[in-house]
Amino acid sequence: MAETGTDIGAPAVLDRDGLDALVRALAARGRTVIGPTVRDGAVVLAEIDSGDRLPYGWGVELAAGRYRLRRRTDGAAFAHSAGPQSWKTYLHPERVRQWSADRAPDGGLTVTAGEGEGAARPSFAFIGVRPCDLRAIAVQDRVLAGGRHPDGVYRARRERAFIVAVECTEPGETCFCVSMGSGPAAENGYDLALTELTTADGGGDTDGRGDGEHRFLVRVGSEEGAAVLEEVAHRPADRPTAAAARDRVTEASRRMGRAMPPVDLRRLMGDSLDSAHWDDIAERCLSCGNCTLVCPTCFCTTTEDVTDLTGDHAERWRRWDSCFDLDFSFMHGGPVRSSVRSRHRQWMTHKLATWYDQFGSSGCVGCGRCVVWCPVGIDITEEAAEFHARARDAAGGRDGPGGDGRTGGGVPAAAAHRTDGGLP
Amino acid sequence: MPLPYRVVRRRAETADTASFVLEPLDEALPPFRPGQFAMLYAFGVGDIPVSVSGILPHRHRLMHTVRAVGAVSTALCELGPGDTVGVRGPFGTVWDTSRAAGGDVLVIAGGIGLAPLRPLVYEVFRAPHRFRRVHVLIGARTPGDLVYRDETAVWAAAGPGGTALTVDRPDAGWAGDVGLVTGLLGHARFDPPGTTAYVCGPEVMIRATARELVHRGLRPERVLVSLERTMRCGTGHCGHCQLGPLLLCRDGAVLGYDRAAPLLATREL
Ligand SMILES: Cc1cc2nc3c(=O)[nH]c(=O)nc-3n(C[C@H](O)[C@H](O)[C@H](O)COP(=O)(O)OP(=O)(O)OC[C@H]3O[C@@H](n4cnc5c(N)ncnc54)[C@H](O)[C@@H]3O)c2cc1C
Ligand code: SF4
Ligand code: SF4
Ligand code: FES
Repeated sequence: MAETGTDIGAPAVLDRDGLDALVRALAARGRTVIGPTVRDGAVVLAEIDSGDRLPYGWGVELAAGRYRLRRRTDGAAFAHSAGPQSWKTYLHPERVRQWSADRAPDGGLTVTAGEGEGAARPSFAFIGVRPCDLRAIAVQDRVLAGGRHPDGVYRARRERAFIVAVECTEPGETCFCVSMGSGPAAENGYDLALTELTTADGGGDTDGRGDGEHRFLVRVGSEEGAAVLEEVAHRPADRPTAAAARDRVTEASRRMGRAMPPVDLRRLMGDSLDSAHWDDIAERCLSCGNCTLVCPTCFCTTTEDVTDLTGDHAERWRRWDSCFDLDFSFMHGGPVRSSVRSRHRQWMTHKLATWYDQFGSSGCVGCGRCVVWCPVGIDITEEAAEFHARARDAAGGRDGPGGDGRTGGGVPAAAAHRTDGGLP
Repeated sequence: MPLPYRVVRRRAETADTASFVLEPLDEALPPFRPGQFAMLYAFGVGDIPVSVSGILPHRHRLMHTVRAVGAVSTALCELGPGDTVGVRGPFGTVWDTSRAAGGDVLVIAGGIGLAPLRPLVYEVFRAPHRFRRVHVLIGARTPGDLVYRDETAVWAAAGPGGTALTVDRPDAGWAGDVGLVTGLLGHARFDPPGTTAYVCGPEVMIRATARELVHRGLRPERVLVSLERTMRCGTGHCGHCQLGPLLLCRDGAVLGYDRAAPLLATREL
């Protein structure tokens, strides 16, 4: 697992065969290699045994409530933005058996560990982790492994995960990582970081376009990253390639589809708890929980206890839960958050504000998934803008709460890096 | 993972509430402190947060008092000596007495809210000279809902502090006070700015009591309350116990009213 924020060693260049060799080298090290691949009309994450399974030549078309694949002529492998899944599928799986218990005839009780506390621990290699998702992993590190009681399942999977990040050169229409300070460049938290250059990208000089080959700039972020790179054919990075890669990422940062309002979102949300706009959102929101399911940082779970037919063997399962579920806040006497208004408020204020209080960072990394996969197209950036507009109106046209001109992420980028820098 | 504990004693408290003394079968959990809670696992049914109502150094024993209100609490209440439960913990914050030393202490309980306060009462009673005056004020809906009646009778008669009880609805045999627990504050002598209050009970009772105490001049951060939200993990991972910026299993359940008041004032937070 990458622990360093600075690259070690000199950057290198891989061609398409080199990328394929990288996938095979990671598999040969006994890792389960997970990467993006096309299935059922979407770019999904799946186990891949070869680089050929990557979505070469596929892009996506995104809008609020809409996701479509689209063919690309440049053959790019990573020119699609976030799909319906995120890496939490593997690091914080949807269902886990935490422990099982056996009751003896004399009333005795034996408890046996499930996954995470002794049992089989998968060792993953993730190919194509976006900067927003790198940040999401860092956020989940703090939530699940950073406190007084680290989660065994998460920690075991996370510590053994090898991360190949891919910088973002083709942001989607729903992306806003720039305003959350989480992309499009990969700055830390990876073993290897790739930047894809296609035949459309030239040698880095302004008029050199169109004569480049399909290749990947590789930066090394850990010792294991360096060792793996040694196992595949590569060449040292030439200056034009390095410059072209940098230009592509800088360009991408100017082409974000969306942005959060440039205010302190934490304060904006904190000051908007009683806003009438929550009623407006509640009229549209179906409380289906899709947004929490696709969000790469949403971590909430519930428990299920089951017994077998003998009644003497019981299992404790943990599964993903959603704060949109009415039962989520159930107490003796009824749910605390019975209205959709209060449940949507819980979700959005948690993502953008109270997450700071609980875990020291924003809970939103600007990946845009919740915007895309909301069946009624509710867009967190638009709702935040509306809260901001209302706060500004209430303040008589002045900038309103938090209107101090800072970025939407609420923390300067440098501070955000410090707080989210990997597994503590 | 829970550790197996055996029920060594069961005492019925009210029609729907019982106390249990638990002893580790083998390995013991780290020591609990007053105000903290355990996740008690009823075999095959589930686990729920239950405050520690007694901390017994002998054989690492713990006491818990459970009111049967649903699936897990009912399953726990039905256990008897010899049965086993799974216990995880200790979780949560404590009833801190370090800053209360030298001043007056008010312990105010509503119904089963006395359970989490019971170990605090004994901690205070063991060293009464650390404090100026100590009052334990206990309220319940009816006399039948009062817990630890034998003990509270002893506290009232011979305890180092003043212990007073009241009920909302008296029955034929009740000769004591009638009315809300806040009504007992009139009889208690304390110097508000130097007083620390420990309050637990239903949320409405906590709100009313804390408001009254602040109104009488206590500093909000010296009014400590214990709040309840649904809890699944106790370890800060499941998200269920959120109350605005707080994870109550980690930042609570005991917290100052200065932090709790604005959160309790927002509906459906
Ligand atoms: C920190 C803390 C300390 C507690 N201490 C005690 C105690 O000492 N004695 C005692 O009898 N009870 C205590 N409770 C309340 C107790 O946890 C609930 O009565 C219990 O969760 C109800 O679960 P159930 O399965 O029996 O009920 P059901 O109604 O079947 O509950 C279903 C689920 O709802 C949730 N739930 C229901 N009621 C509550 C509630 N009041 N608080 C939190 N979650 C709830 C639980 O997650 C439960 O699993 C405490 C709660 C908290 C948060
Ligand atoms: S809240 Fe939406 S945009 Fe932010 S990280 Fe979650 S899914 Fe992505
Ligand atoms: S915001 Fe959209 S995705 Fe989220 S719960 Fe409401 S309808 Fe479902
Ligand atoms: S009980 Fe799970 S986070 Fe607090």
